[in-house]
Amino acid sequence: MSTQKKILTTPIKDEDLAELNVGDVVYLTGQLVTCRDVAHRRLIELGRDLPVNLEGGAIFHAGPIVRQKDDGSYEMVSIGPTTSMRMEKFEREFIARTGVKLVVGKGGMGAETAAGCLENKAVHAIFPGGCAVLAATQVEEIEDAQWKDLGMPETLWVNRVREFGPLIISIDTKGRNLIDENKARFNEKKKPILERINREVRFIK
Amino acid sequence: MEETANRDAAVQQLTDVMWKFTAYIGKRLPTDVTAKLADLRSKETHPLAAAVYQSMKENQEAADRLDRPSCQDTGVIQYFINAGARFPLLGELEDILRNATLEATRQGPLRHNAVETFDEKNTGTNTGSKIPWLDWEIDPKGDSATIDVYMAGGGCTLPGAAKVLMPGEGYEGVAEFVFDVITSRGVNACPPMLVGVGVSTSAETAARLSKKAILRPVDSRHPNANAARMEELLEEGLNEVGLGPQGLTGNASVMGVNIESSARHPSTIGVAVSTGCWAHRRGRIRINADLSYEILSHEGVAL
Repeated sequence: MSTQKKILTTPIKDEDLAELNVGDVVYLTGQLVTCRDVAHRRLIELGRDLPVNLEGGAIFHAGPIVRQKDDGSYEMVSIGPTTSMRMEKFEREFIARTGVKLVVGKGGMGAETAAGCLENKAVHAIFPGGCAVLAATQVEEIEDAQWKDLGMPETLWVNRVREFGPLIISIDTKGRNLIDENKARFNEKKKPILERINREVRFIK
Repeated sequence: MEETANRDAAVQQLTDVMWKFTAYIGKRLPTDVTAKLADLRSKETHPLAAAVYQSMKENQEAADRLDRPSCQDTGVIQYFINAGARFPLLGELEDILRNATLEATRQGPLRHNAVETFDEKNTGTNTGSKIPWLDWEIDPKGDSATIDVYMAGGGCTLPGAAKVLMPGEGYEGVAEFVFDVITSRGVNACPPMLVGVGVSTSAETAARLSKKAILRPVDSRHPNANAARMEELLEEGLNEVGLGPQGLTGNASVMGVNIESSARHPSTIGVAVSTGCWAHRRGRIRINADLSYEILSHEGVAL
């Protein structure tokens, strides 16, 4: 896999994403900004401008552990993805308003985000959950921190990353949604399995 | 005077052990979980799932090498205490565990997760009202204390659910509830998960037991034969659904299913589900009356 590593570089252009399909594995080099619940609410619901330009950019649904060094600069300790579905309510409009091209998180997102990806030629990708030190080792530097009033998990941490990944494309620019497709299959498989189990667990006679 | 000084020294000694242990469990998974993940990884045949297992392995190695929390979400700290009534520091234990949380947050370091409810302010210390959360059981005759530290991230806490079934729904209703929770919300909880099921009399008794269930070793079985059979059936059945790591499809969905139960009212079946993510960060330590200790969850630990 490593011999043909597909690397995206910010600013990401439409054509960089056009050939990507769900299930593809890519890596990111450039700028990656953490952005989660409250930042989404502030932009969409409270109408505040984001303090970071995301045109052609990448966001990471993540709340890291950051250590401040004696010289005042920051060190990334651990930064794994958080549940993307929490941002579903906002993401379609978020993508349209900011021009963000790559949304990274964990788990899938819903139909609204998939529509937003289709309309604005953006993608959602999954970084393996819980792999927070692996991710931190791919952060070269924390370049900036905005909205620090939100506390460590919710601050917009502006990271310079190198070959950040693996990033598994879960929503592509054609609007395909890998996790939604998987969930439909899981739910179909569930029924006969439960029928079988339920024949054995009639403990109340 | 000397007695007070001795007591202060004992409090400090136990605080040191507990903050170090709390910080430690964020960095290294318990022995049973590590073994189970290695087993699942070796059996995985889907390429994407295998790649995710590989990232998980690399992550644990990096956490070990760099001495860092393996997942950024170090949770809101919970301690499950089983203390003997004659444990010498019983009255001091609450303060000790609060201070252990403060110190683990500073030195671990742990992410600042405690947000004061209704004020909506992050306390920046991982302590707050009733946090760290303490769950007490008192052993009337004992003089030692066994403490489980649990560090659950938001992702594996979100699927948590409890409800009360009518008896007519039976254990079939329990199985359906467990499946619904896992197939609808489990993907976000970083599978392969450890699924804890409480079967009891009401919402809160079932919920508490479901959490106790995931503190048990991954491959342990309920002592009741029917319950043990149900654990097996649920585990096999959920694995057949094939969520795979991160819900990307794979050979397994879960590390295991553990059920805890109590007697119940004849008119109710309380059921609850708690999930532990693959990065299931729990640790068990036994503190003896002389404050010597033994770590039961992790082999080869040096605090």
